[in-house]
Amino acid sequence: MADDELEPQSEFEREPVPQRALLGFKSFIGMYAGEHTAGTELMIGPLFVAHGVSAFDVIIGLLLGNLLAVLSWTYLTAPIATRRRLTLYYQLEKICGQRLVTLYNLANGIMFCFLAGAMVTVSATAVGVWIDFPMPGLNDVYPNSLGWVLSVLGVGAAIAVVAAYGYETVSKIANIAAPWMVVVFVAFGMVGFRQFVDVTGTQIRSFDDFWQLASTVIWKGGEPLPGRIRFTFWHVTFFAWFCNMAMHVGMSDLSVFRFAHKSWYGIASASGMYLGHFLAWIAASILYAYQLHLNPNDTNVLPGPLAYRACGLAGLVCVVIAGWTTANPTIYRAGLAFQAIRPQTSRFVVTLVTGMVAAVAGMFPAIAMKLLDFVALYGMLLMPMGAVVFIDFWLIQKLGLHSDYAERSGTNWNWAAGLTWFLTLGTCYCLVQFAGVQIFFVSLPGWFVAAALYVLLSKLVQRRTPQGEIVESSVHSGG
Amino acid sequence: MRAVVQIVSWIACAATLLPPLLFLFGCLKLDAAKHWMVFSTIVWFAVTSLWMGRKQGRFAAPKS
Repeated sequence: MADDELEPQSEFEREPVPQRALLGFKSFIGMYAGEHTAGTELMIGPLFVAHGVSAFDVIIGLLLGNLLAVLSWTYLTAPIATRRRLTLYYQLEKICGQRLVTLYNLANGIMFCFLAGAMVTVSATAVGVWIDFPMPGLNDVYPNSLGWVLSVLGVGAAIAVVAAYGYETVSKIANIAAPWMVVVFVAFGMVGFRQFVDVTGTQIRSFDDFWQLASTVIWKGGEPLPGRIRFTFWHVTFFAWFCNMAMHVGMSDLSVFRFAHKSWYGIASASGMYLGHFLAWIAASILYAYQLHLNPNDTNVLPGPLAYRACGLAGLVCVVIAGWTTANPTIYRAGLAFQAIRPQTSRFVVTLVTGMVAAVAGMFPAIAMKLLDFVALYGMLLMPMGAVVFIDFWLIQKLGLHSDYAERSGTNWNWAAGLTWFLTLGTCYCLVQFAGVQIFFVSLPGWFVAAALYVLLSKLVQRRTPQGEIVESSVHSGG
Repeated sequence: MRAVVQIVSWIACAATLLPPLLFLFGCLKLDAAKHWMVFSTIVWFAVTSLWMGRKQGRFAAPKS
């Protein structure tokens, strides 16, 4: 299959998106709704319960956190995307230089691999419904049975081969499945809630009855499960806000919103946030809370059996498709990131190898069982480059400095951006290790550290460059 | 013809939601709800694949 067939939006990668190629508001609503109703939602909802969330914290925290995420897309990402209309990678190349972007690609690709591994894990739990083998527990780090290893390898290999061969086909299945998957997620919530009503003998006649059941039986709050920290309102809010930090604050979705007519199209991300990151998380958490209610010792978070108990075969198909259709583009993107480092390697081979690495990662249940921590780490790792893009676009010229410094000075490694990235990550590490700031919150101060560092380091680096070596650019930034 | 298969698709989608809704209000047993969901799922995938994302063929989207 030709490369351009594999990559439907490969055009305009090194030029601004022209007016004729812009997309309508509805395209973004569909894209976000589909992309954020994924297999991993079936892990995240239950993990909230394992972290001991209360009803108020989870419902209001998710409403607020998702609102902050939508606002981040609307006011941070989309305004830059619709003004420059460039991919993140090309914009970073102009600011940071080719070699630094290569390092960024490597970091991004590795994180995508692990994320895809968690999705493979989710799909593999469905196999355990039919074939009896020991499945991993909540606190397992390593694979715990041969059956589990074979099941993950089988699912992972199938996903890898399909990602390498037939990206288009899976992408079509993903589009067809998206509306149906949302419906099945809603069904999980309704079935789980009714099961709670039946098992507790509660009569629901008013909102107060509902809230009584929700706050005293479903999301009781209190002590988390062993090995987990207690999640408060702020944990839930910050997690919902930052779980896609790489995309909004980290500016990955510049590549998406460069196709938008207007920057307010950023609010289309609400479809993904409130269907996937509110409704689906709530529904999945109800199923897990019900499992714990029936047997407090059964702490395993296994989306396959959870979904099968609630909705039968349809639920199980939903788990497989949700994991598969989201692992597929994730592996594909990781492959693209790696291929950018070694462009001479065939995309088929890179995607296949990437998929197998994801499958091996998926064997280790620690990634999926610690998904909340992993997702927070993922956002933190890529966040500093988002701050660099933001400052470079809005502020750097107002301070009398040059934007797109790498392109203008002809360097392939902008030390101001590189050091900003490394020093910010170092600062975040110290805050987590020595100052008691949890990983879920550290990216907020981290962003301001990155912004300040980039300004200071740019002053230092650009002062050392002779003015004659700087080329004036015709592209104006927002400053 | 495309409009007809689209209507069937959306009915199947609604029919996937209806059984758990009836179970929620105590009008249907869970096992029956599960069976109806499987049936609606099969109809959804079978019919929707005929038109969604099709560029060619009988059920393709009309050209603007």
